[in-house]
Amino acid sequence: MDGRRFAIIVFIIAIMFGTVVLVGISKNTPLVIVTSMIATTIAVATPLTLGALCGLYCERAGVVNIGIEGTMLGGAFFGWLASIYMNTIFHFAAMPSLIVGVIAAVLTGGLFALLHAVLSITFKVDQIIGGTVINILASGITGFLNRQMFFGAGSVFHGQIPDSPGVLPAIRIPLLADIPVVGRVFIQQPIAWSAIALVIITQFVIFHTRWGLRTRAVGEHPRAADTVGINVMHMRYFNVIIGGLLAGLAGAYFTLESISSFQPDMTNGRGFIALAAMIFGNWTPFGAWSAALVFGAAQALQINLQFFRELIPAQWAFLQNSYVVGLAPYLLTMLILTGIIGKTIPPAADGKPYEK
Amino acid sequence: MQRSDEQGLAKNFGRWLEPLLVPVLAILTAVIVGGIIIKVVNGDPIAAYRGLIQGAFGSPKALSETAVWATPYIFAGLAVAFAFQGGLFNIGAEGQIALGAVLSALIGYALPGWLHTSLPAYIHIPLAVGMGMLAGAIWAAIPGALKAYTGGHEVINTIMMNYIALNLTSFLLNGPMRDPNPLDLSARTPEIAPSARIPPLFNIPGMRVHWGFVLALVVAVIIWWILWKTTLGFEIRTVGANPDAAKYAGINVKRTIIVTMAISGALAGLAGAIEVTALNYRHELGFSTGYGFDAIAIALLGKTNPYGVILAAILFGAMRNGATRMQFLTQIPTDIISVIQALILLFVAADAIIRFIYRIRARAERVVLTRGWGG
Repeated sequence: MDGRRFAIIVFIIAIMFGTVVLVGISKNTPLVIVTSMIATTIAVATPLTLGALCGLYCERAGVVNIGIEGTMLGGAFFGWLASIYMNTIFHFAAMPSLIVGVIAAVLTGGLFALLHAVLSITFKVDQIIGGTVINILASGITGFLNRQMFFGAGSVFHGQIPDSPGVLPAIRIPLLADIPVVGRVFIQQPIAWSAIALVIITQFVIFHTRWGLRTRAVGEHPRAADTVGINVMHMRYFNVIIGGLLAGLAGAYFTLESISSFQPDMTNGRGFIALAAMIFGNWTPFGAWSAALVFGAAQALQINLQFFRELIPAQWAFLQNSYVVGLAPYLLTMLILTGIIGKTIPPAADGKPYEK
Repeated sequence: MQRSDEQGLAKNFGRWLEPLLVPVLAILTAVIVGGIIIKVVNGDPIAAYRGLIQGAFGSPKALSETAVWATPYIFAGLAVAFAFQGGLFNIGAEGQIALGAVLSALIGYALPGWLHTSLPAYIHIPLAVGMGMLAGAIWAAIPGALKAYTGGHEVINTIMMNYIALNLTSFLLNGPMRDPNPLDLSARTPEIAPSARIPPLFNIPGMRVHWGFVLALVVAVIIWWILWKTTLGFEIRTVGANPDAAKYAGINVKRTIIVTMAISGALAGLAGAIEVTALNYRHELGFSTGYGFDAIAIALLGKTNPYGVILAAILFGAMRNGATRMQFLTQIPTDIISVIQALILLFVAADAIIRFIYRIRARAERVVLTRGWGG
C-alpha cells in the first residue's frame, strides 16, 4: 500500500472519529469515545475484511467473483439453521451448536464457491453473470427456506421461530484486555479475531509461499503458468473455493456473532462493498483490510452517534437518520472506484476464462 | 459446413426453433429441479404447479393479472437487455425503478397544487411518466459517466446507486413526500390526481390490465428499431461488441456508453412510472424490491432481444401471479418462484450445462456480455 492511499485512509477515519468525539465530548472523555469507536470499527469491519479476502483469493487466481454477497447470505442462513437444529432438535448446548453453525456456514460458502468455479472455470460462463446467478440463487433459496421451514405448513418448528443458541462469546486477550479504558479494544468475538488472523495468514500465503506464487502466476499469465507445468484449472478451483470458505465465515458473522437471527437479504450489499475494499486495497491483504476498516468506521460512526442522540443539535438531528449516515459507505465505494484516490491495477488475467 | 447435407425442411425448421431450444430446455430443467425442491420440503410438486398454472392462466381475470405483472418486467427487462447490447451490465434497475416511481408520483400528486390549477390528462400523464423516465435516466447515466470517464466498473456502481436510491426513497417517503393523512400508517405518497392516471384497458371491475401493457409492447418494438435500424443502435452494438474497434471507426465511445446507460435507465424509470400512474396510483416503500435481479434474468432468458424479453417477461409475470394461487392451494411459499427463476437464469447463463444434459450439438454462439474490471 502506497503512502498516499494510507494517508487518505487515516484522514477519512480521523474525520469520522473526530465527529463522534466532538458530539460526545460533554458526556464522555475523548479516550473513551475513541476506544469505543475502534472496538466497534474492528467488529463491524469483520464481514468486509473476510469478503475482501475471498475476492482476493479469487481474483489473484484470475476469477472475478461478484457472488460474494450471495455466498455470505448462504453462509449466514445455513450456519444459523444448523446452529438452531443442533440446539432445539438435537438438544446440544449453546456453544457446540454455535460451533457447528460456524462450520456449516463455512462449508456452505465453499459449496457456493464450487458452483461459481464450475460455472466460470469449467463452463466458461461470463464470470459476472455467474456471480449474479449466485446472488439471485442465494437470495431465492434462503428466502424460500426461511419462510418454508419456520412459517410454512409442516414446519419443523411448528410455525414459530425457535430460541436461538445466542451469539459467540467474546474472547479477551489476556493482559491487553485488562488495561483500563483502552483494553475494551482487545475484547472481540472469535470471528473478528479470526478475520484479523486471516489477513496476516493471507499476506503470508499469497506473497511468501509456493502456492501464492503459483496463484499469482495463474492470475497474471495463465498460459505462461501452464507452460511451466502449473495446473491452471486446479489452482483456480482451489483458490475460488478457499475464497468461498472465507465468505461463508463472513456469513456466520451476521447470524452467529453479530445478532442471533436471520432476515431475508440481511447482508445488505456488504459483499459488494467488500469487493470495493479489495480493489481499493490494490489486491493486497493489508490494503483490503485497511479499506474494510474505513467502511467499518463509517458504520461505527452511525452506531456510536446513537449513544449521543440527545446531544446532537436539533438542526443537525437529521444527520443521525440511518438514511443519511447510511449513505456514507456506498458513496465512498463509488468514490474509490473512480480511481481519484490512486489508480489500482488488477491481475492481468482477471475475469478471463483460460482456454487451453 | 455440417448443415449443408441436412434436408431443406429440417434446416428451416431448425433455424426457427434453434434460438428457442436452449431457453425452453432451461425452463423445463429449472421446473423439474424446482419440483424436486418442493418434494424435499414435503410439498406436492404436481399440485403446486397445477395451482401455479391455474393462477396464471386459469381465467380472464388471471390472464389480466399476468399482464399486469408482466408490464414492469417488460420495461425492466428491456432496460437490462439494452445495456447488454452496449456491453454494459445494468444491475441498478431496481434503484432506477424506485426513483422513476418517486418522481412520477410527485408530479402526479403535487403538480396541480404547485400550479394552482387542474391539468388535462393529455398533459399530466406524459409529464408524470416523462419525469419518471428522466429520473431513471439520470440515475443510470451517473454510473455510465463514471464508467466512461474514470473506468469505475458499472456493476458495483449501479449496485451502490441501488442502495443510495433505497435510502433516498425511504427518506422521502418517511419525510417530505409522506401522505399527510394521519390514518395512513405506511410509508407512502398521497394518491396521484385522477388526471395523471392511465386508464385500464377494459372497463370491467376486477380486470386491472391497463394501457401500460400495450405501451410496453410498443416500446419493445421501438427498442428493437433503435438497436437494429438506427445509427445510434449500430454505434451502441459496436461499442458493445468491441470498444477498441468502435473507437477506430470514429465512434465516440464515452458518449455512447453514457447514452446507452441513460436509455437503459429511462426504460427502468418507465417501469416505475407506469406502476404508479396506471396501477397503484401512489409509490409505496419497498415495491421495487427484487425487480432489478428479475430483470437481469428476463434479459438473459430473452437473449437480450426485445421480442425475447417480451416472452420472458410474460413467463416471469405468469409465475409471480400464479404463485399466489399456488401458495393458497398448497401452502408452498411464493418464494419458491425466486428459486425457480434463479435456476432458469443459471441454466440460461450456463447453456453449456443444458447442451451437456440434453446432448445438443448445435453451434454455441458466444456473446460478449460484460468485460472484467477496468476494461
